Amino acid sequence: MSTNAIQPVLDYDEVLESFDPVMGLEVHVELSTHTKMFCGCPTDFGAEPNTQVCPVCLGLPGALPVVNAVGVESVIRIGLALNCQIASWCRFARKNYFYPDMPKNFQTSQYDEPIAFDGYLDVEIPSRTGDGVEVFRVEIERAHMEEDTGKSLHVGGSTGRIQGADYSLLDYNRAGIPLIEIVTKPVRGAGERMPEVAKAYVAAVRELMVALDVSDARMEQGSMRCDANVSLMPKGSAQLGTRTETKNVNSLRSVERAVRYEMMRQGAILADGGTVRQETRHWHEDTGVTTAGREKSDAEDYRYFPEPDLIPIATTTEQVEALRATLPEPPGLRRKRLQGEWGYSDREMGDVVSAGAVDLIDASVAAGATPAASRKWWTGEVARRANADGKELGDYALTPAFVAELDSLVRSGRLNDSMARQVMEGVLAQEGSPTEVADARGLELVQDDSALEAAVDAVLADNAAIADKVRGGKVQAAGALIGQVMKATKGQADAAQVRALILSRLGVEG
Amino acid sequence: MSALSREQVAHLAGLARIQMTDAELDKMAGELAVILDSVAQVGEVTAQDIPPMSHPLPLTNVTRPDVVRPLDERLTAQQALSGAPAQEDGRFEVPRILSED
Ligand SMILES: [Zn+2]
Repeated sequence: MSTNAIQPVLDYDEVLESFDPVMGLEVHVELSTHTKMFCGCPTDFGAEPNTQVCPVCLGLPGALPVVNAVGVESVIRIGLALNCQIASWCRFARKNYFYPDMPKNFQTSQYDEPIAFDGYLDVEIPSRTGDGVEVFRVEIERAHMEEDTGKSLHVGGSTGRIQGADYSLLDYNRAGIPLIEIVTKPVRGAGERMPEVAKAYVAAVRELMVALDVSDARMEQGSMRCDANVSLMPKGSAQLGTRTETKNVNSLRSVERAVRYEMMRQGAILADGGTVRQETRHWHEDTGVTTAGREKSDAEDYRYFPEPDLIPIATTTEQVEALRATLPEPPGLRRKRLQGEWGYSDREMGDVVSAGAVDLIDASVAAGATPAASRKWWTGEVARRANADGKELGDYALTPAFVAELDSLVRSGRLNDSMARQVMEGVLAQEGSPTEVADARGLELVQDDSALEAAVDAVLADNAAIADKVRGGKVQAAGALIGQVMKATKGQADAAQVRALILSRLGVEG
Repeated sequence: MSALSREQVAHLAGLARIQMTDAELDKMAGELAVILDSVAQVGEVTAQDIPPMSHPLPLTNVTRPDVVRPLDERLTAQQALSGAPAQEDGRFEVPRILSED
């Protein structure tokens, strides 16, 4: 397809010389309710195909949906956390379209009466000077309730995509899982920081969902997805440019890259006197480009109408205020408070946040570890692995309780730093708790003074000549003796303690 | 008389994936216009203070607790697929999808 040929891009700085970017983000969050939005089917991830279905979510004739109470509570809490107004009365609507991922031939959604609207989310981007952060306010248009679609598998053809497939296979386990769509108002005025704002916004939404405990919001598993609308406005113009919608950008890093790429691609078209085609685009993680999808008109006709089978939702001020009282401390304020309590520098806190370790450190400190040790362990080896494996810190065998236990083993003097590292390896290899790993691997500093003294005496007796040199004032010669004692104790003695012991035995001042 | 053009009927038929001949479009444009006119009479008696009604019963907030229904109140994969024209590996088989969503 000619539209998918490698497209020219304009240098990023040149884009910004001529244009102001405008962006709109749509984030879909799958709620972690036990059941679907409109029926009592379970929502477990990874079940055998079509084993979590019923007449309602298969759209069988005569089946009647009923709203999940926790789904409604969750969206109200999400709306409140996004500083939105909550509708006192609203309805569901049918969005009609023919596509086999929706067996009903419509998606139950909300149209002109979203349950939450007119909010904002303050997001933090690194300041230009590199220390600290700048706050950018993203206005929220709406957050509404809808349902997820089934999963299709395209069979035949070479790419596993729709194009060229012979037929498709449908699994409706996911169809009907509660989905909250959060839509921003057009984001303007961020200039060259627009891609960073996009990433920071999606990260902040994700953090908020986790803090609210309404979704696990894992982009790599599809429980949170982002579509990015991007357009360019010629500098000095008040006229919005034609936008494209890049679908299903599924990592924070990709959100930033996709917005940046679209700015550069559209910049090249406009600088050349061309026009941007209004269309959906697909992001390709491997090549870092977007390619054309279907053409999209503003007036797509989904024939929305109020869902007659679902009763309207009404909220009272009392209900809304009761839910507001359940909101967690806003993540940004919480980070500031914890940074102060833990005594981390801005850079240290930045590392902790980008490693996704705030909650784990909080729990580790609560379990008795020092803030310094908690930071060291959570941003160390396990963070390196999580980064390499594309996983999260919580996916490994390390727990806050284990960090506290390991820290206590170090502070009590049982383990030195290099032993503690070995214990960490063992814990990550699922060998057990730090104590179990240390026991199994025989890791323990020799603290029994009589055993250590005996080892020192034996080494001094075997090395009388060196001992005499040390006695005669050549203190640096003690290094060889220390080495032998460490060897005799299989490295399980504390070197400083060994040195002190040797020198005192030989009557030399350290 | 409500005007419902032949083009509007053709557009709706396209959205609903109903194939109609030219003769059918002409016929339906006329018949649907009569129906719309009849319904439009309701507008003559409504006042400003009567909101449009989508739900006839004065109910709100009919919800269910977030509790999984027992297996015997749901469908097994076998039951779910029993009416499917074609299936493979526990999934519904559908013809080639021509356009991406
Ligand atoms: Zn169901």
